[in-house]
Amino acid sequence: MTTRIDRRMAKLKAEGRPALVTYIMGGDPDYDTSLSIMKGLPASGSDIIELGMPFSDPMADGPAIQAAGLRALKGGQTLARTLKMASEFRAGDDETPIVLMGYYNPIYIYGVDRFLADAKASGIDGLIVVDLPPEMDEELCIPALKAGVNFIRLATPTTDDKRLPKVLENTSGFVYYVSMTGITGSALADTAKVSAAVTRIKGHTALPVCVGFGVKTAEQARVIGASADGVVVGTAIVNAIANVLGPKGEKTADPAEAVATLVSGLAQGVRTARLAAAE
Amino acid sequence: MNKPAMPNSFRTGPDEQGMFGIFGGRFVAETLMPLILDLEEQWNKAKNDPEFKAELQNLSTHYAGRPSKLYFAEGLTKHLGGAKVYFKREDLNHTGSHKINNCLGQILLAKRMGKKRIIAETGAGQHGVASATVAARFGYPCVVYMGATDVARQSPNVFRMRLLGAEVRPVTAGHGTLKDAMNEALRDWVTNVEDTYYLIGTAAGPHPYPELVRDFQSVIGSEARAQILEQEGRLPDVIIAAVGGGSNAIGLFHPFLDDKDVRIIGIEAGGRGLDGVEHCASMNAGKPGVLHGNRTYLLQNSDGQILDGHSISAGLDYPGVGPEHSWLRDSGRVQYEPILDDEALEAFQLTTRVEGIIPALESAHAIAHTMKIVPTMDKDQIVIVNLSGRGDKDVHTVANMLGMEI
Repeated sequence: MTTRIDRRMAKLKAEGRPALVTYIMGGDPDYDTSLSIMKGLPASGSDIIELGMPFSDPMADGPAIQAAGLRALKGGQTLARTLKMASEFRAGDDETPIVLMGYYNPIYIYGVDRFLADAKASGIDGLIVVDLPPEMDEELCIPALKAGVNFIRLATPTTDDKRLPKVLENTSGFVYYVSMTGITGSALADTAKVSAAVTRIKGHTALPVCVGFGVKTAEQARVIGASADGVVVGTAIVNAIANVLGPKGEKTADPAEAVATLVSGLAQGVRTARLAAAE
Repeated sequence: MNKPAMPNSFRTGPDEQGMFGIFGGRFVAETLMPLILDLEEQWNKAKNDPEFKAELQNLSTHYAGRPSKLYFAEGLTKHLGGAKVYFKREDLNHTGSHKINNCLGQILLAKRMGKKRIIAETGAGQHGVASATVAARFGYPCVVYMGATDVARQSPNVFRMRLLGAEVRPVTAGHGTLKDAMNEALRDWVTNVEDTYYLIGTAAGPHPYPELVRDFQSVIGSEARAQILEQEGRLPDVIIAAVGGGSNAIGLFHPFLDDKDVRIIGIEAGGRGLDGVEHCASMNAGKPGVLHGNRTYLLQNSDGQILDGHSISAGLDYPGVGPEHSWLRDSGRVQYEPILDDEALEAFQLTTRVEGIIPALESAHAIAHTMKIVPTMDKDQIVIVNLSGRGDKDVHTVANMLGMEI
């Protein structure tokens, strides 16, 4: 069964360039603004959208995404509203893949079966759930695969060759390589090491490999995109939103425009990645 | 919740996946997974290694001062006029609480694993002090994450940790309590995974922590069981301990779980009452969910967002509980009851006056429930209360609550 992710990745492969994967926190800073930001992403050059599901205790996230989650929760965001956002987006765009990213507890409380049915109906293509390693596959990964939703696994610098097959076993859509041991928004690791890791993972799987954690600029996107099949940018986008919010959360400029400017630049970066690599 | 079938023994968990029924597990980021598997392997080797056991035994005896006494609390018994009350005196241990039992065990594991740096989270500061102590003793740098609210209300322990050479990092996220400190410790761990040992202070977190912390703390119950047989010639009728994350409680309870005539009661922080959100009674007012690496009872809203909770006692101020307690609750083997801030405060004052022992506010919760049930019991019955720590650290909080200035 091919999914929107498979089709999008195949198309980009044919174009000979990596994917730009953009992360936004669902409901940050409020539902309407977040939806308008999301709707603007494809036109700015985003190929895949990661939609964050806010959680009160995001253990793998740095201060920027922690704050974004709190803004969203304060604005009344819930898992149900994040799914609603996806379906409203989907009504106007049936091509751009949407991957939900977050932590397991809100899904567990929502109910796994109900969640998968509603996610599927909302046009969700994949899931990244940070605190579900392969050891916990029975919880959500296996049911998701049965429901036809991609389960995208994180591989990290600590995932050695012995463990990699276990991590890749039930992974579909793409593999998300976490560029460093750390939390989101940290400084980017040595790009040569990242490239070597991408090559190592590709030796074990035919799936596309996208790299995230620490990519903030168009130049970094270009360098990472030379070897990876996709580049994930999250914290930089979340910061672009935070930067146009005043101390009480009031907007000092249009967040959707701020995000569009940043994402357009990043899109330029990934579009020149292979050209630069070929030079 | 469905009641699990009654097992032949309550002492065999967790299974090889780290589950106690539906509770426990390994809900962590991939970055940490290889390390957790390594820890499990090292722990399995260590627990059967006579050399490891001998070294821990030696430190427990000569450094921590074990065995701790089982003390007949005659003053409290007379005052209450019912069953005989015994205190298991974990407050007499080096560093003033049961936390040292676990820290000595884990620092030896860290040494075996060749780690170079220790991190820990702390609520009341008891675990932070015990971690800083063993780090000083074994020559490791140590960083302790502590909620900013707790830093303020447990200042004597903060100073102790700093004297011991640890760096105390206040955490301002959330309510600035134990939950937030644990998040920040996990972020540090995921960043410094190569050289850092995370010394978790309670019987919670991803497998194998709930098991190994329980095993290090079970010395409490093993000693108490032998001591009461020695002193009274029989097992107690009731054993009681306070439950935050639940390490002192599981330590006391575990060796008694298969003694079916011993009633076991865990005491949760009822805060200002279970009607609102100002309590930490996750097993009385929460529902199962996933946080900090394990599935367990949690205080949470209908969207699965974790609530902050409240307790007068920093050590109980946590919206979850160790997974084995959740399982013992659902299986019906252990009964969990809430005690309010005010009741704990009263028990704190009474114990101080009639026993000349200042108990930790955490332990005062267990004593408060003892005060409720002992008068209804016969004089020849026996209750053992885990006096998990000394209360010197709490005198500022208590003075504040009583409207006094120190």
